[in-house]
Amino acid sequence: MASFSEVVLNGAPAPNVAEAAPTYGERRLSHLRTLEAESIYILREAVAEFAHPVMLYSIGKDSSVMLRLAQKAFYPGKIPFPLLHIDTSYKFPEMIEFRDRYTREIGAELIVHQNREALAQGANPFALGTQKCCGLLKTKSLLDGLAEGGFDAAFGGARRDEEKSRAKERIYSFRDAAGQWDPKTQRPELWNIFNSRIDKGESIRVFPLSNWTELDVWLYILLENIPIVPLYFAQERDVVVRGGSIVVIYSKDQLLPGEKTQRMKIRMRSLGCVPCTGAIRSDADTVPKIIEEMIQFRRSERENRAIDHDEEGSMELKKREGYF
Amino acid sequence: MNLAFAPSEAHSELLRQNLRAELLRFTTAGSVDDGKSTLIGRLLHDSKSVYEDQLASVKKSRINRSSGPIDFSLLTDGLRAEREQGITIDVAYRYFATARRKFIIADTPGHEQYTRNMATGASTADLAIILIDASKGLLPQTHRHAYIASLLGIPNLLAAVNKMDLVDFSEARFLELEQAFGELAAQLGTANVQAIPISALDGDNVVDRSERTQWYGGPTLLEHLETVPIRRVVTTGALRFPIQYVIRPDANFRGFAGQIAAGTLRPGDEVMALPSKQSTRVKAIIGHDGDLAEAYPPMSVTVTLEDEIDLSRGDMLVNPSKSPEISTRLEAMLVWMHAQPLQLSQRFLLKHTGKTVRAQALRIVHRVNVSNLQKEPARQLQMNDIAAVELQTTAPLFFDAYESNRITGSFILIDPISNATVAAGMIRRPVAENATYGSPVTLAEREMRNGHRPAVILVNDAKLAKMVERNLFDDGFQVLALEAEAVSRDHLPKLIGMTTEAGVVTILSGVTADAKKLLVKHTEDSSSFFDLSSINSTDDNEVLQRVASLARSLRNLGDANDI
Repeated sequence: MASFSEVVLNGAPAPNVAEAAPTYGERRLSHLRTLEAESIYILREAVAEFAHPVMLYSIGKDSSVMLRLAQKAFYPGKIPFPLLHIDTSYKFPEMIEFRDRYTREIGAELIVHQNREALAQGANPFALGTQKCCGLLKTKSLLDGLAEGGFDAAFGGARRDEEKSRAKERIYSFRDAAGQWDPKTQRPELWNIFNSRIDKGESIRVFPLSNWTELDVWLYILLENIPIVPLYFAQERDVVVRGGSIVVIYSKDQLLPGEKTQRMKIRMRSLGCVPCTGAIRSDADTVPKIIEEMIQFRRSERENRAIDHDEEGSMELKKREGYF
Repeated sequence: MNLAFAPSEAHSELLRQNLRAELLRFTTAGSVDDGKSTLIGRLLHDSKSVYEDQLASVKKSRINRSSGPIDFSLLTDGLRAEREQGITIDVAYRYFATARRKFIIADTPGHEQYTRNMATGASTADLAIILIDASKGLLPQTHRHAYIASLLGIPNLLAAVNKMDLVDFSEARFLELEQAFGELAAQLGTANVQAIPISALDGDNVVDRSERTQWYGGPTLLEHLETVPIRRVVTTGALRFPIQYVIRPDANFRGFAGQIAAGTLRPGDEVMALPSKQSTRVKAIIGHDGDLAEAYPPMSVTVTLEDEIDLSRGDMLVNPSKSPEISTRLEAMLVWMHAQPLQLSQRFLLKHTGKTVRAQALRIVHRVNVSNLQKEPARQLQMNDIAAVELQTTAPLFFDAYESNRITGSFILIDPISNATVAAGMIRRPVAENATYGSPVTLAEREMRNGHRPAVILVNDAKLAKMVERNLFDDGFQVLALEAEAVSRDHLPKLIGMTTEAGVVTILSGVTADAKKLLVKHTEDSSSFFDLSSINSTDDNEVLQRVASLARSLRNLGDANDI
């Protein structure tokens, strides 16, 4: 039987491309290997210094890269911490399927957390607006999930190039007992020396991919042949165009009054919740084509994420409340 | 270790370039209104690193402080408070790439907390861009920025002479500033310096060559960033492998994980473990995709050893013939980063590589005035102060001087009560630990603490003696001015013997000829006896200059590692 990685890549075969830099002969690392070494160092440092680390696993491409780095960091041992997925219940079905199969294949421990109370009361982005919906199903759920597990450090796949307020984030981001970020009292962070001292109830969010860009993530996925959710690859899918964004439709229940589905060749640039994550029109059905497309096409990946655009500085506000 | 792909596709050259690219980290420093944010915005924009939607959001922003259609500084001001107040609060990291290199910019504000923020950004940088306003020239801040860059070990300085439009793109003005900056860099010992005439607002010589500086033959700012040799501070050729984590999946495997800080590691190499000083050989370098033949900085690797030796996190594998310094007492340059000042009685946690120990500051050797680079005495350190400080740790550290290795030469201090990171440290040297509990304090220990040898200096009159005393005192010396008339002739040699034994530089005035003879007879070490009373100049400056050069020789305690 074919391994899971092959199954995923068979859907969108990655053509063969050599890593051209003869890194060992010249004793100089390419920027990707330099970033890899830095991320592995960060992962090991946090595992060495915290009692109960956990990795926030969002199933997206950045999480896939972070998982591969964790496998490398502790090889031949297993990943020495559990993965925590905050499931809003609005994720793409392909994401959940990928999550369950891939984490099983690599032998990782998976914890899934949901804000059942809010879901029972019918929380959804249409009734509440994205800010409030995210607050309940993501931020609150995340804080509860971390508290329940007694985790003192949580790895996240956030990158500084994603959004302006992320650019000011430390690699070790200190959070108070309520999980909040205060941009004005961040600890200075010099060299590769991280301050892991916290009091009871406080925690550190650790970002091993801080210095990676979206392009770096894709190049590394290519270089390392890392499995990713098939939604990243262009394919004909049923969609509606809603308020300027392309929304993937899985069942008629998703349609708003007056909407009709159409077939379109699209792919996702970043993965979030079905109602709030727009797709892009694209023919890129392999990793090299995605990279090619990205080098040419100059729009930020979070552009299609409704949560960042509710008001100016909305990511900053969410981070202050405890969002990643 | 990589998948063996064949580069057959049409786009493979583009991919190959991207996979091959090198990484250059740089930092930017400038004063308020030097146009730093504008320069970075311009660099990102002109190198086509700004996304269309980001640019659109800047264009439609309510704020535009520039004269053109796009306020480039808005591309980089991240937080709400910053956009509203038009300032930059903290270090922000930016990313852009060209076909040759990937760049990480540590963008640091030029006003409040500049030292703390700039030191943070500089700690990982290979190059610093220092902005100079062509219409204003070199300012005290320019000295400050260049000093911090050199203190943090940045090997390349780029002086961006900005606002050339305000001086009509004058070649003479540029050459004048280039020379002034070159002199500053030479004084700081920074070898690789490039000055470039630019206008960040209009884009001259940032990415594209300017028509308005025909007289300039050097590279544009981006060309320089793309081609400057990346030299990292690792001059210690010998192996330094700090153990970060021990991997033990089962009883049969014990791997030592860490990032190589210096040297190379190969299977079969003889290595020595610190602090146990046990030697063994490298069995294998374990990789996720197969074993490696060699490892070197900055690779993160896992090694197995031939013998079972005592080794855990915080320990270090080194080259047996070239061991690092091992000491519980060291002198370091500290950048104080906390609102609470440094007090000598305070206890800290010191984190160095994977090791955290308790530490205390024994004395402040001197503080550096970053505006004029003069050393001054200090009893405490305030936020943003930079000082040479002697520290005592509870367990030995294994280290190199910061100037030869950024990783094994750096540490942070943490306040154990508030958990705040209060200081960054760059190690200069170990300090002798011959003082043992209960034993008498020796002259050598006093010299070590004072940072100079004792001496006796004879001058003509009491007023001049007081001036000399003030100068040396301000320079951090233990000094005392005495009038010989106050003591009987026969007691004078004994008194001088006591002040010398106390490590003090004694400035003696009003010594009669026969008292001098007696003094010379009793002085055991003539190399510390200086008679300047015969200088019959009406100008006191000659004496003061002689004393200044004398003072430098007294500071020489057998190691010449001063700033």
